[in-house]
Amino acid sequence: MAVLEKNELVLNAAGRMVPESVNGGLQTPFMGAGKYRPQGRKASPPVRTAADYPENGDKRVADLETALRKCGLRDGMVISSHHHLRDGDRVALMALEAAARIGVRNLMWFPSASFPSQADAIKLMESGVIDHIEGSMNGPLGDYCTQGKMRGMGVLRSHGGRWQAIQDGEVHIDIAVIAAPTADPFGNCDGSHGKSACGSLGFALADSTYADHVIAVTDNLVPFPCIPWQIQGNNVDYVVEVESIGDPTKIVSGTTQITRSPDRLRIAEFVAQFLRDAGIMCNGFSFQAGAGGIALAFVGYLKQMMKDAGVKARFVRGGSTKYLVELLEEGLTDYILDGQTFDLDGVRSLANNVCHVATSPFTSYNYHGKGNFASMVDAVVLGATEVDTNFNANVVTHSDGRLLHGIGGWQNCLAAGCTILAVPSFRDRIPVIVDQVTTLCGPGELIDVIVTERGIAINPRRQDLIDAVKGSKLPIRPLPDIKGEVERICGGKPQRPRAGERPVAVVKWVDGTVLDTVWQVP
Amino acid sequence: MINAIETSAVSAGEAGHWGKDVRSDLHVSITPSLRGGIDIELESRVKPYYGEAIRRQAEEVLEALGVSHALVVIHDEGALPFVIAARIEAAARRAGLGEGTRVLPGRVALPEPSTRDRMRRSRLYVPGSEPKYFVNAALHGADGIILDLEDSVHPREKDAARLLVRNALRAVDFLQCERMVRINQLPLGLDDLEEIVPECPDLILIPKVESPSQVLAVSRQIEKIQNDHGIGRTVWLMPILESALGIEHAYEIATASPQIVALTIGLEDYTADLGVTKTATGTESLFARQRIVNAAHAAGVQAIDSVFGDVGDLEGLHTWGVNSRAMGFEGMGCVHPSQIAVIHQAFAPTAAEIEKAQRIVAAYNEAQQKGLGVVSLGSKMIDPPVVQRALKLMDRARAMGLTT
Repeated sequence: MAVLEKNELVLNAAGRMVPESVNGGLQTPFMGAGKYRPQGRKASPPVRTAADYPENGDKRVADLETALRKCGLRDGMVISSHHHLRDGDRVALMALEAAARIGVRNLMWFPSASFPSQADAIKLMESGVIDHIEGSMNGPLGDYCTQGKMRGMGVLRSHGGRWQAIQDGEVHIDIAVIAAPTADPFGNCDGSHGKSACGSLGFALADSTYADHVIAVTDNLVPFPCIPWQIQGNNVDYVVEVESIGDPTKIVSGTTQITRSPDRLRIAEFVAQFLRDAGIMCNGFSFQAGAGGIALAFVGYLKQMMKDAGVKARFVRGGSTKYLVELLEEGLTDYILDGQTFDLDGVRSLANNVCHVATSPFTSYNYHGKGNFASMVDAVVLGATEVDTNFNANVVTHSDGRLLHGIGGWQNCLAAGCTILAVPSFRDRIPVIVDQVTTLCGPGELIDVIVTERGIAINPRRQDLIDAVKGSKLPIRPLPDIKGEVERICGGKPQRPRAGERPVAVVKWVDGTVLDTVWQVP
Repeated sequence: MINAIETSAVSAGEAGHWGKDVRSDLHVSITPSLRGGIDIELESRVKPYYGEAIRRQAEEVLEALGVSHALVVIHDEGALPFVIAARIEAAARRAGLGEGTRVLPGRVALPEPSTRDRMRRSRLYVPGSEPKYFVNAALHGADGIILDLEDSVHPREKDAARLLVRNALRAVDFLQCERMVRINQLPLGLDDLEEIVPECPDLILIPKVESPSQVLAVSRQIEKIQNDHGIGRTVWLMPILESALGIEHAYEIATASPQIVALTIGLEDYTADLGVTKTATGTESLFARQRIVNAAHAAGVQAIDSVFGDVGDLEGLHTWGVNSRAMGFEGMGCVHPSQIAVIHQAFAPTAAEIEKAQRIVAAYNEAQQKGLGVVSLGSKMIDPPVVQRALKLMDRARAMGLTT
């Protein structure tokens, strides 16, 4: 158990106390956005010899347990999995439970994200099969971590940060288990076909190239070649065929739903109007929006404004949904660059439209790449649980410190030309705009605009945006002004929940430095 | 005897709602006791942030109500302070406590009184028993907000809704919206006025009006309450005609009180009264709506149309609105904020109308300057009523931001 004393905490450049070491590894405290420039060479997988693999390319083995044994599974290893099947994934637990049957202990589970349906991982932590999780945790797993029950510390990374951590050797994956909606016996994998089709498999790409061993698990085995392939069979050791890799009803939504809340629709419309009035919405522009209710509604409003103004985007970035697909099919964007695919229309379009392209955290977000797409996007629309008056934002914890969301691509997206947080000004009497965020996930220097139902606040650092919307009818207000109004409505500032004293997880910045600490909730 | 007193003293009172799907409300149960002071049990989804504040507020409200001994159980779902106060007061009253006492929340600055002929294109109905809709209701830009005590409130909730609406009138900033309350049918509506009128609503909607005497009863009651409280601010009236008899008496009703600023119609009840089906084209209510328009204009008040119930059909709403304006109505009701912008668009003068009005007004101004009695445009003479209509249209267009 990694018990930390207070004297092991240091103050980082964002003014937050963070642990000097995490799960035995020495950490670099956050130094400021873009300040940290590590040297050296990237991590690499071990040399393999094609002569050791079957000449006929058939890498099938009987089951996951056999595959794990053949990979040399031992106590303390790192097993990775991926969340492209979202809450419908069955493969990660299947692998971890197979490991439990083999009898190994103290594994580190390294998912690209965990979901509530994987709550059974708690049993494996209780029994000592899993020591700790490095990856986003919410629901029951989030509570387990924030209650201080997990042996090791949680490490929360962005999608780009996960790739960075693998590349600089901070995390060495012993065995990657990849859920594949379609695969061939050689191990080529694709996500856009099969009964469990989910769209892009981009999250698994880093693992497939950097892990010591790679297992592909599929419920739709096709004869070689699996076309197209996003995961290359040349990186795969074993292929396992199973009845089902996941619950299709939870893998993709049949239809993603636009919010019906008038307040949230108002926020979405403000965001679209802001892009229009600030002149960001112009021919050849680009934007990224997720699959949340506000983001979907925003795309609807923006679409109409683009039509009215005769404007076409060069590319849009998803989380792709029906609404982005409509933009593509109606000629309002040249391309969709897709990080993950949220609904059936997205899956269909990715499979059939050459202008709908699967991307990965490497192309989009990686700090150790020679640039990435995130900083080339003109505008991004994100959510947050809290924002403070310095425009710092929290996306991983409730105001009471309990883990709520993963970071996802959120931190990486802050690199966009204009970063917009679309948030209600309060939720259930709890103000969203606060004096200081409970957990810092995004430094205020990178967050440009806060859009609430009560008005729009522009970061004073962005005089260019302030000037751009002068004369617009939008309700532009100072952030403290909106904050004051909300505090009046809510009957004063909320009391600060009692802070815990033991770190239970850390929030990494995109460069691998430690941005903040998640404390045990007392 | 002692037993009898003990029994009557422990009848509990409850108010409000809680549960997984409830937001911005709370449930309070108050069981009076004879000793032991105030004992508060609190569950709240915002307990880490406002737990202390809720307890403090509960104690203050109970003290103001003169309750010194009671078990108070609160399940809070993130209710705002004005809601907490109203729910506790309602529970206390239902337990037979605090009779004759009001516990009023802090007041936001009272807006300027509304004017007789202000724009009333859209009025958004907010159910008086659903506090979660109150706080953001005004953000969506309706000309008026109606806090409804009538059809949207269950008969058992009338007393509690009345307190919620009263507190909302004090504590919620309704921005530029005219603050309207739809009271219940008389005589219950007269009791509503006791709580509502001291908080200076801008306008009272009176439902199911069939005769001028109902309007008079309301206006007399308002006057009495205002005198008791020393309030000089006008409360305007908008009778709702919802029956064949009401339509027959439209003109008498419209002229029943100088406080009447508008006449409106409730088509659900009206078509039910006739025993006909309400259709999208409204043929069955054509006479009634024309009657409203004519009576309103004869009385010098605004004619306001009913609501359009199908929230999903914004195109149908637009068509209805355009028709409605062409018939002589100046606005209509909304049951969802998404209807507001559509209605405003439907009731806006067209560009051609504005241009024509501009030319008429220019000709009028020129005639005035030259001291001419007759206004002419090109070879045509313009009658004074036409000039008046053009002036009014320009006035409205300016108010809607369509011209400078």
